[in-house]
Amino acid sequence: MNELLVKNAYVIDPINHIDGEVMDIAVRDGRIVEDVGPQAEVIDAEGCLTLPGGVDSHTHVCGTKVNFGRYMSPEDMRAGREVRRGVKHATSGYSVPTTYANSYRYAIMGYTTLLEGAMAPLEARHTHEEFSATPLQDMMANTLFDGNWGVMKAVSEGDIERVAAIVGWTLSAVKGFGIKLTNPGGTEAWGYGKDLRCIKDEVPHFGVTPAEIIEAMIQACEMLRLPHSVHLHCNNLGTPGNYACTVGTFNLVPDLNKKRQSLYATHVQFHSYGGSDWKTFRSKAEPVAYTVNNRPQIVIDMGQVMFGKTTTMTADGPMEFNLYRLHHNKWSNHDVELETGSGIIPVLYRKKNLVNSIMWAIGLELGLLVKDPWRCLLTTDNPNGAPFVKYPEIIALLMSKKYRDAEFATVHRRTESRVDLPALDREMDWNEIAVMTRAGQAKALGITGIGKGHLGLGAEADIAVYPLKVGEIDPAQEYQKIIDGFARAKWTVKRGRPVARNGEILVHGENTTIWVDPKISPEHDMSRDPKFTEMFNHWYSVRMSNYPVQDEYLKRNLRIETEATI
Amino acid sequence: MIHEDMICPFCGCLCDDLVIETEGTEVVRVDNACTLGSHKLMNAGKHRLKAPIMRDSGRWRDATYEEAIEYTAGILLDADRPLLYGWSSTQGEAQGAGVSMAELLGGVIDSTTSVCHGPSILAIQEVGHPGCTLGQVKNRADLIVYWGCNPTEAHPRHMSRYTTYADGYFLENAFRDRKLIIVDVRKTETGSIADEFIQVKPGGDYAVLSALRAIVRGREDVVPPTVAGVTKEQLLRVAALCKEAKFGALFFGVGLTMSPGKYKNVRNAIELVDELNRYTKFTLTPLRGHYNVYGSNEVFTWMTGYPYAVDFSRQIAFYNPGETTAVDILARKECDAALIVASDPGAHFPKKCLEHLTDIPTVLIDPMHTMTTPLVRCQIPTAVTGMDAAGTAYRMDGVPIHVKKFLDLGYPSDTEIITKIFEKVTEVRHP
Ligand code: SF4
Repeated sequence: MNELLVKNAYVIDPINHIDGEVMDIAVRDGRIVEDVGPQAEVIDAEGCLTLPGGVDSHTHVCGTKVNFGRYMSPEDMRAGREVRRGVKHATSGYSVPTTYANSYRYAIMGYTTLLEGAMAPLEARHTHEEFSATPLQDMMANTLFDGNWGVMKAVSEGDIERVAAIVGWTLSAVKGFGIKLTNPGGTEAWGYGKDLRCIKDEVPHFGVTPAEIIEAMIQACEMLRLPHSVHLHCNNLGTPGNYACTVGTFNLVPDLNKKRQSLYATHVQFHSYGGSDWKTFRSKAEPVAYTVNNRPQIVIDMGQVMFGKTTTMTADGPMEFNLYRLHHNKWSNHDVELETGSGIIPVLYRKKNLVNSIMWAIGLELGLLVKDPWRCLLTTDNPNGAPFVKYPEIIALLMSKKYRDAEFATVHRRTESRVDLPALDREMDWNEIAVMTRAGQAKALGITGIGKGHLGLGAEADIAVYPLKVGEIDPAQEYQKIIDGFARAKWTVKRGRPVARNGEILVHGENTTIWVDPKISPEHDMSRDPKFTEMFNHWYSVRMSNYPVQDEYLKRNLRIETEATI
Repeated sequence: MIHEDMICPFCGCLCDDLVIETEGTEVVRVDNACTLGSHKLMNAGKHRLKAPIMRDSGRWRDATYEEAIEYTAGILLDADRPLLYGWSSTQGEAQGAGVSMAELLGGVIDSTTSVCHGPSILAIQEVGHPGCTLGQVKNRADLIVYWGCNPTEAHPRHMSRYTTYADGYFLENAFRDRKLIIVDVRKTETGSIADEFIQVKPGGDYAVLSALRAIVRGREDVVPPTVAGVTKEQLLRVAALCKEAKFGALFFGVGLTMSPGKYKNVRNAIELVDELNRYTKFTLTPLRGHYNVYGSNEVFTWMTGYPYAVDFSRQIAFYNPGETTAVDILARKECDAALIVASDPGAHFPKKCLEHLTDIPTVLIDPMHTMTTPLVRCQIPTAVTGMDAAGTAYRMDGVPIHVKKFLDLGYPSDTEIITKIFEKVTEVRHP
């Protein structure tokens, strides 16, 4: 029996409606309990801000694309080198750190659960190998279906049950968590060097449109009763005027689930652009946020851009090629047969650059204009908008108008006429930040039921204590304290075990991989469907029997079985 | 017993459709594999070292696994600058244990990459890599280019599984509809079936690539009448073929990476492919030789940040090919102990390097007697991954494949042996 008592914690736990209560948190065998015995290990929180462990509902930390980002960037590796010490391995990398470095840095910031945003099913084994090497967070992987031939064929036949059956089979086979669509249809078009502009364009050779794919996948997701909704990276990312496509996409979405959203739209900053070219480029965060405010079935994440160097990586291959043509640094592309693709390029977001300055403002505008913090989550789409180590600065920007104004004074001077940011007075409170960085993320992912994102009885004992005395700090004025406080938790507790303290890593832990296994009726079992197996064995370059990820790739894991309606 | 859908652990094609028949501990039949793969598999149980061997005053004697493991841990712990080299024909799990051990020892870990596609990686680190999985080529490509390689000999099923002879989803009659361009210094068997065979004078690859880039960019005026033995006429024809293709796929081998110009050749090839993407779709893939050399790059990268030649002597991961690569370290007589795993430097390294290997305590982990055996002081036989051990391997296009086990000959796997050595090392040098 392993017991821990976190004493004198100033707790904010939005899911359990606790907003600033000083209390003790008792932990036994990794779960939160009523009380513990006198032998329990004690941590004194000293009245500091105590939150559920951070949850990142959209990050890129493990897998083929991430690793290729490292592989092609020795210059980035040199930027983040730390020596091996104690239980801590040597680390490298700033924007795409090594697996260990990602895990340590997240732990130091109080994060305990991460969702890898994009896993190509054919290459899933790689993601799981890196998950096994991630010591301090629980991991999940959204699985890419944007250019899935089986799905697109079933959509063109109008057979939603078949869509669901294919998705279900694939998730079980690759041990994925949820559905990811990245530029749906566009990545297939990129197979021949083309792209789609928006949701009504037809995917070459498949006779379907992104709109049809998105609608079918939303329904299939509900048929499979997946904990998380469809996780969408809209079409037409990063182009001036694309907000109209984004709003059009949002307006498609039906409200199908009482417990959570029907659609999670990711890095919406990159999709809220006005103007007709880069010269007339401007923010359209306002109409996008308006649409979100009026459609409770949609949750978004910010995709905040922060200035400095980073590496962009996405399954949106054509977008990366276009970006490469603007930046001219280096470009990697990796199309995955019958499924998806990806691209990687390094970027430098500069304050001197008008477009970059507007992008920075748009993310913050979204955060401030979406009224309900449960529906606009704090992310950078790590590392696309910025590396996740920038989260504390974003928190401070959301909490302090003074900080925003001070930063705004340093960006490109023509930004003012293109954005609404200076006019926004909202300053977020601690509770809203707790929602945007953990409670809301866990709820959107549908994992509160397995004890994530809250500190109620029976919850996973993932706890972050920050060196912040809520009553003594005015975040609106003392924003540097906010940045420093969130950058380095006083304690990070993972499954009841202290794993980091004041920036030091204390243990070499082991994570849990959370995956979803929808239970589907035998007549919808794709492994026995002749058309599906034939397609598989004819056009993939691996045999169907060699495709599923073997159990041995998952060390400790939590399988969520759902009762599908097919 | 018949084993279906087995994976060939020989070259970077990692063919996964083999049918292998075994009788007891004998492989009696292999279907679908090429001669290279069949040969390896048919001889799976033969020529194996029965047990570890150690040199005792110049003579070999049998040793126990415990003794050999103890000895290996001892020489690594005693060394100031141990070198852990090889890793290309073993499972990813063993590679991972190797990296952890190198880190704890403050040693250098390098794979055979540094003598094959190392230059390709240097080029990728400068300009990136427009690539794709092999199925993408199979289904779409109507133009295939092989540059400085001979797949017929080295990757015998590459053309039938992924390119020229493979069915393609978007091609009516794949074999007829695909064009084949071969670039080489001599006409090989592959060259004789090409639509265009470009014979480049040795060392002329860089110039030919530059000329093609100029033509694709619309600057044929700067191209002289012949470039490294290739006529301008042919270059124009080839550039046109590339631009007209709907999907072109360029594969290249050590003929490009190890010829004069080295990584600059590859950089030029990547930039040509970049350029072509402005007109059509084009991709590039290094033809990797060992079945899991790409895996070593992947594992090293996620653990250390660098794909090969990682030096932990400063407690951080340090990478500087040309300095931290195995050949350089040996040539400078810098390392004072070596562990060679699943590779055969004895057959490939310069004499100077091999001399140093014999001067220092060197241990080899390999199932069979190889050209490296005479150089070492101890050899530990292990199971052959893909035959009597399972594990992960990365195909040349980065697709991770679970390589299966179909025999049990009682040997420990590389991972087991390396983990045991690592445990011994950890006992002395606590993390
Ligand atoms: S092509 Fe390579 S992987 Fe395929 S059977 Fe031959 S040696 Fe084995």
